[in-house]
Amino acid sequence: MKRKLEISELIFKIISYTLLTIFALCCLYPFVYAISASISGYSAVEMGDIILLPDFKGLQFNAFGEMFSNNMFWNSYSNTLFLTLYGTLFCMFYSILGAYALSKKRLMFRKGFNFFLVFTMWFSAGVVPQYLNYLATGTAFRAIGITDDKWLVIIAMGMQAMNIILLRNAFEGVPSEIEEAAIVDGATEMQVLSKVYLPMSKSTIATVALFFAISRWNGYFWAKQMISNSNEHPLQVFMQLQLTQYTDLEYTTGWKYNHNYHPNSVIYALIVCSIIPILVIYPFIQKYFAKGVNVGGVKE
Amino acid sequence: MMKAKAADFILYDRATGTYRVDPEQAVRDDVEKHHWLHVGRTIAKDWRLYLMLIPMIVVFVLWRYLPMYELLGCFKVDDAVKTVNEQYFLGFSNFKLLLSGGGDGRMSVEFWQAMRNTFLMSFYGLCFGFPMPIILALFFNEVKSNAARSVLQVMTYLPKFMSTVVMTSLIVMLVRDGSSVGLYSKGIISQALENLGLISAEVAQKGLLNYPAFFRSIYQISGIWEGAGYDSIVFFAAIIAISPTSYEAAQIDGANKWAQMRYVVLPSILSTVIIMLITRIGHLLSVGYEKVILLYRVETYQTADVVSTFSYRYGMQSNQTGLASAAEMMNNLVGMLLVIGANSVAKRASNTSLY
Repeated sequence: MKRKLEISELIFKIISYTLLTIFALCCLYPFVYAISASISGYSAVEMGDIILLPDFKGLQFNAFGEMFSNNMFWNSYSNTLFLTLYGTLFCMFYSILGAYALSKKRLMFRKGFNFFLVFTMWFSAGVVPQYLNYLATGTAFRAIGITDDKWLVIIAMGMQAMNIILLRNAFEGVPSEIEEAAIVDGATEMQVLSKVYLPMSKSTIATVALFFAISRWNGYFWAKQMISNSNEHPLQVFMQLQLTQYTDLEYTTGWKYNHNYHPNSVIYALIVCSIIPILVIYPFIQKYFAKGVNVGGVKE
Repeated sequence: MMKAKAADFILYDRATGTYRVDPEQAVRDDVEKHHWLHVGRTIAKDWRLYLMLIPMIVVFVLWRYLPMYELLGCFKVDDAVKTVNEQYFLGFSNFKLLLSGGGDGRMSVEFWQAMRNTFLMSFYGLCFGFPMPIILALFFNEVKSNAARSVLQVMTYLPKFMSTVVMTSLIVMLVRDGSSVGLYSKGIISQALENLGLISAEVAQKGLLNYPAFFRSIYQISGIWEGAGYDSIVFFAAIIAISPTSYEAAQIDGANKWAQMRYVVLPSILSTVIIMLITRIGHLLSVGYEKVILLYRVETYQTADVVSTFSYRYGMQSNQTGLASAAEMMNNLVGMLLVIGANSVAKRASNTSLY
């Protein structure tokens, strides 16, 4: 039997639908605006005529063209891909191994090791000591022949205790009988990890890998501080430099006489380019994110 | 451990009138004597596990714990070139300089300003940023169609995955100033606020980011825009875990929506809310510096400067590392006390430790 909605319930329903829709549209709006502004003509952007849809009269793709013809853009894009790929792999390597060991009840000094991890979440040294430490690491790396600052970023940055704890919790959830069965069948420790634990906690591993990958893709501050060679700057650093350049009055004076697009459009085009990879994979990954967060937030 | 008494391990033999050591105690002694041998054997048997831990430990020691040692530079003379060990020891004068001022006193004024801003930013974040995800989760619960809810959720989570640079670039562009010679127009959001009469034309023309009065609002609103949807996941999970029978029972008892909220939903999600609130309080003093560095400028230091950015300016831009470390040291110590306090409250309140 379907119950008729009471008036208060109906009101609340209407309110929630309305506010949710408004909030969701607000979340989306800046991106839509960026896309519209990146493909509108000069005068529309100059006059601030664009509100939601692009100005179809002056439609142009030259702002994207200007980005695509810039070698530094492709350079920074490939640098970001490189940092993301290797950084994620490296972080996953030690996080999975460490989390696996920590998930074992028979591990001696287990509490101590856990505290070792968790303490880094309580107390962080802060920006400046971290900076001095990275400087020293860079010197040490150069001394042993690693002259490329990329490797400093990949190896020395991006560790997150929280992600290891997420993995540890997932591994703890694997029933120990399965592991025992595997050991009886003669599996070694590595085989237990790769054949039992990894397949059984796929969704958490995907989540954690994505957490690492996204923080790498979005990394800005330390990459900017530590990578001295501008050819090796990742996309985020490049984007910040372009923002300052294209909002600079000196640089853009006289722009309108030989361009059919506004300097702002170039910035928006760059923003759109940098978020497209995330937009493309996002629908596929967001269910994993939801799952991973629940594990982290509630189960702890 | 119980306190040992002599009678526990020495037995009196009545027949011979002599004392002898309890044989059980001999075994205990033996175990104790060989405790470390036992530990060694257990580790040796499971050496693969400990080998697996090594990469993680190395990485964390080198790049998480060594910086903490580097933090001891707060007691030393400013010097970015020498290592902490080589720097000249100063004692507490860096702290004195920050807290009570020295020289022209500018430093201490700036430090206290940064401290106040750090605290206020987190506090406002707590007041405005914390309830939003809960409200969103309540709203999501009303959307019964799965497809519609998924679409809405996908839309609201999206900003979380954008980089700080993308977000700050968008903010800079959307609230930017208008060109005085007509080269570009003011940002669309400034324009909208002006049309709504919330800000004057002059303010919109000069750009919102140049006014200290607007920095905190911009910071909080963009924070909600970025994180509220994503943070609602946890609360939504708690809400959908409520059994439908609870609602039915309440409805039969004639509860309207408000009463259902008050007596069914709220008690069920309370423990999650408490845990998240305590976590949040624990991280009250760790304000993200990346966003502030990308958004603030000299004009807005008085409301925008936080301790991390203060020490970034002094330590990394003008090489006063000792001073910067001292600022971080104070901020981080207070922060850690908050975390530990929050954690012990959590243990007492909900019997769940956060870590």
